[in-house]
Amino acid sequence: MTQGKVITKKLNIYYGSNHALKDVDISIRRNVVTALIGPSGCGKSTFLKTINRMNDLVDNVRIEGKVYLDGADIYGRGMDVTRLRKRVGMVFQQPNPFPMSIYDNIAYGPRIHERKSKAQLDEIVERSLRQAAIWEEVREGLYQSALRLSGGQKQRLCIARALAVEPEVLLMDEPTSALDPVSTLKVEELLCHLKKSYTIVVVTHNMQQAARVSDDTAFFLAGEVVEYDTTARLFSHPTDKRTRAYISGKFG
Amino acid sequence: MRRLKDDMLLCLIYLAAFAAEFLLIGILGYVFVKGFPQVSWHFLTSVTSVLQGTAGIAGNIVNTLYMVILTLLIAVPLGIGSAIYLNEYARPGKIVGLIAFTTETLSGIPSILFGLFGMVFFGSALGLGYSILTGAFTLALMVLPLITRNTQEALKTVPEAYRSGALSMGAGRWHMIRTILLPAAMPGILTGILLAVGRILGESAALLFTAGSGYFLPRSFGGWFRKLLESGGTLSVQLYLSMSKAQYSVAFGIAAVLLCMVLGINLLLRILAKKWDVV
Repeated sequence: MTQGKVITKKLNIYYGSNHALKDVDISIRRNVVTALIGPSGCGKSTFLKTINRMNDLVDNVRIEGKVYLDGADIYGRGMDVTRLRKRVGMVFQQPNPFPMSIYDNIAYGPRIHERKSKAQLDEIVERSLRQAAIWEEVREGLYQSALRLSGGQKQRLCIARALAVEPEVLLMDEPTSALDPVSTLKVEELLCHLKKSYTIVVVTHNMQQAARVSDDTAFFLAGEVVEYDTTARLFSHPTDKRTRAYISGKFG
Repeated sequence: MRRLKDDMLLCLIYLAAFAAEFLLIGILGYVFVKGFPQVSWHFLTSVTSVLQGTAGIAGNIVNTLYMVILTLLIAVPLGIGSAIYLNEYARPGKIVGLIAFTTETLSGIPSILFGLFGMVFFGSALGLGYSILTGAFTLALMVLPLITRNTQEALKTVPEAYRSGALSMGAGRWHMIRTILLPAAMPGILTGILLAVGRILGESAALLFTAGSGYFLPRSFGGWFRKLLESGGTLSVQLYLSMSKAQYSVAFGIAAVLLCMVLGINLLLRILAKKWDVV
């Protein structure tokens, strides 16, 4: 693997006395979908939230080691968290559109980062909604409340909202676990399109999903990365017997 | 047997509901019937004249508006600000607990005590004397807990996911509060303000010795500003004074006007809350 988009070196995270991540060394390739799998509480979400520093907001958190985005230490002194979060977008498990119109939801991010004209915003809103494959469904009602959308639409809206600030990396924390199968399929198709322009890291509980959508997979267990390889290899020839047991459904 | 018991209980509940309703309507009706004959254009637009022997409450209406607006100007930013601090910035701990406890206690203190404190502190120590400003500061202390508590409760009901959603897009904490939290919490905040307005309109004990009982209208343009530092009795204070002088017809007139104001402000804020609650 060449120089990764996101690289961690000896990353250790503690929540109080709970050692949540142990010596994680990972290099995430650019423009691929990387899946993080593993049983609940194994540290995959913790790892995800480290990349955009959302972990900073947790009380009693202690972060050791290094995380690099394009070679720059994101916990280093020169890193502006606002800039970082513009470059590293996030989609949550529960769709969380803001209580405002669809338009304002999408425009929320761009408005934070710089002053934009109405025409520019219009263009960003349309482009983002198209990218998230929801434009056709909402183009007639851009000024309606985003809370009236269905669950699957809400999630695609949230993806569009994250894309509106043109991030480089997209973090997704079990983005389909609250969705029905049809919406799940739509989001998965979306991932395959989006990886051409973005580096995507997706946490999933669903191993079939990891196998379907991802190029690389990392298997987390009790805070450690047990195995990290291309998805094809990890699922067909796992080297660690814990990986083999997990992907064959023996636990988790 | 069981059925009979159920029916009886139901009867009692209905009775209680009707009694409560009837009492309210009864009081409103009684005040309006006794008060409205007193209310005339002259009563509303002139001030009491001892020479002519006429009664008018224009000065008191103006004082009341001054008092409501000034008090809210002081208490609303402070109350919302402290609620935001307590809910969004401060880490839960001893200090936050202490502040919450103090706020609770503050709302349980009899208003005459606020009057005493306001007179001594704002009136004497700060030298504001008997004035609308002294009264407004005193009332601001009284309604602060109402606004803080209601804002806090409203902020607590805003889903955590909105916060993390906004922060994850790079919003600063204050930007997130301003653009997401406050709009989402607006109905609750307005409820607090509404309760505060009710309290201001109804207060007499705390104002008697702070804002006093002046009832004149300013005579010049500058007078409207100087009024802040002059004594001014609100409708409730004037109501109390009229009653103590056994001028019951005037008192009922004031009561009717006061009730109309309360109803009007209720209605206004309800419309505002609905407008904010569109989503």
